[in-house]
Amino acid sequence: MAAEALFRLINLNAAYAACIDADRLEAWPDFFEEACLYKVTSADNHKRGYAAGIMYADSKAMLKDRVSALREANIYERQRYRHIVGMPVVLSAADGVTVAETPFLVIRTMREGQMDVFVTGVYLDRVRNAADGAARFLERVVVCDSSRFDTLVAIPL
Amino acid sequence: MDHTAHTVPAGVWPEGLTRVPYWVYHDQEVAKDEQARVFEGPAWNYLCLDIDVPNPGDYRTTYMGCMPVVVARAEDGSIVAFENRCAHRGALICLDDGGNVKDFHCVYHAWRYDLRGNLKSVAFRHGVNGKGGMPDDFQMDAHGPRQPRVAVLCGLVFATLDPSAPDIEAYIGPEIVARIRRVLKKPVEIIGRFTQPLPNNWKLYMENVRDTYHASLLHLFFTTFRITRLSQGGGVLVGENGVGHASATMGAPAQDDKSYQGMRSEQDGFRLADPTLLDSEDEFKDGIQLQILSVFPGFVLQQIHNAIAVRQVLPRGVGSTDLNWTYLGFVGDTPDLRAKRLKQANLVGPAGFVSMEDGCVGGFVQRGSAASGSEMSVIEMGGSGAETQETRATEASVRGFWKAYRAHMGL
Repeated sequence: MAAEALFRLINLNAAYAACIDADRLEAWPDFFEEACLYKVTSADNHKRGYAAGIMYADSKAMLKDRVSALREANIYERQRYRHIVGMPVVLSAADGVTVAETPFLVIRTMREGQMDVFVTGVYLDRVRNAADGAARFLERVVVCDSSRFDTLVAIPL
Repeated sequence: MDHTAHTVPAGVWPEGLTRVPYWVYHDQEVAKDEQARVFEGPAWNYLCLDIDVPNPGDYRTTYMGCMPVVVARAEDGSIVAFENRCAHRGALICLDDGGNVKDFHCVYHAWRYDLRGNLKSVAFRHGVNGKGGMPDDFQMDAHGPRQPRVAVLCGLVFATLDPSAPDIEAYIGPEIVARIRRVLKKPVEIIGRFTQPLPNNWKLYMENVRDTYHASLLHLFFTTFRITRLSQGGGVLVGENGVGHASATMGAPAQDDKSYQGMRSEQDGFRLADPTLLDSEDEFKDGIQLQILSVFPGFVLQQIHNAIAVRQVLPRGVGSTDLNWTYLGFVGDTPDLRAKRLKQANLVGPAGFVSMEDGCVGGFVQRGSAASGSEMSVIEMGGSGAETQETRATEASVRGFWKAYRAHMGL
């Protein structure tokens, strides 16, 4: 069971990263349940119990709005991410829900080619494993190691 | 401050407030003058919140321009500040963001300071076994980090190094102080804290904050969802000396508004899949949906619906700036109102639907003006003055910034 939970998580994380990095953002909300929590915060805010994030969504529809805003409304210089996602640590797997944490690294490449280590951190996840084999996030809290976010964060992490 | 402004680098700066030469954003000497004449001069710098240091011995580190500062709560309950620089060799005295201490020790040679930054002891002052040590005439009270004057207004901690600076309320101006009291009328709680490094001179961000003209043109999210349009009611208050500004936007968008026809910012077909993002409460009971307020040089208080935050703007070299966001709620918020604040926090900050463009647009000016130091920007919307106006289609408040800036800088 534990091996299967780990395998599903690795697949889910790989697909999630590929979706964002290949700019298939319209498919990104589909990694989440309809009622979900997606939050981008930092280790310091997380430790202090500060509830606000720089991105905060409690529904899949809010994630869709993020994507619509990026496509239709927001202005930012062309850029892309490369997610490097580490091995998940499975904390528990019971009743169809896996609780895990997974380290990640995002390199940002700007329009003119400048590359930076943009964010590193850990995903704190609760994943529902549906009967049809699909795994979706009930909760993905993106805990960034630093509270500094250079210039702007447009594309989700 | 005994500091003479250097000769301006390229061209002259005409009298008045409608032209700003681009060298003010690029010149290293100007940045040095700003440190002396603004941040260490008679301006009041925002440091932190009083709740950052609730108990005696609590401290928090921050900056006045590039000068590192410790804010502490003294034994008698007052809030004090001192330069975060050991009187001995200049090392930082405090190495963390904050904490609680009995007194302060420099790690380098263990010189010890009280909570007010007064030097209290020097390690091996009398030497060891009768050898070494400081000269007999060494006076501890003649050595110590600088101690700025501190003032607390509505829980906001400000400081100035100039003993002759006017008191804080006179500096900010009564009409702007009233707008601070309007928002910070109850004890606050911190609900998030983030820093957004900006690729531009600090002044470009402060101009952006005061620029009521750009809001609905650059920020399409606002316009598209009718959160604010310039044709909504509102206006901008500018203090007499230009130091303070507060813009307000009233609720209820005008119907059949045609003033944006043909502009990039008009996209009426776009609707939110989850409109609860914009569910808000008129918690101040006055119909003001948005209030953006600033105090020269680098303080901003924001109320965007129920998203309340203070922003501290700090120069980090001539072409970079740290924007420190502190998101706030009030003690005793209902769970429902607190949930609204968390959702509306999506509008602001480094990933804000409305504010993310402000993170990059200053960099566009910084890069765009790199080779045109002697050219000047044009700031003429709404005339040439810096007076209060009952419209937001004006740059009066930006001119107010330059009024305060030129007065401080003697330029």
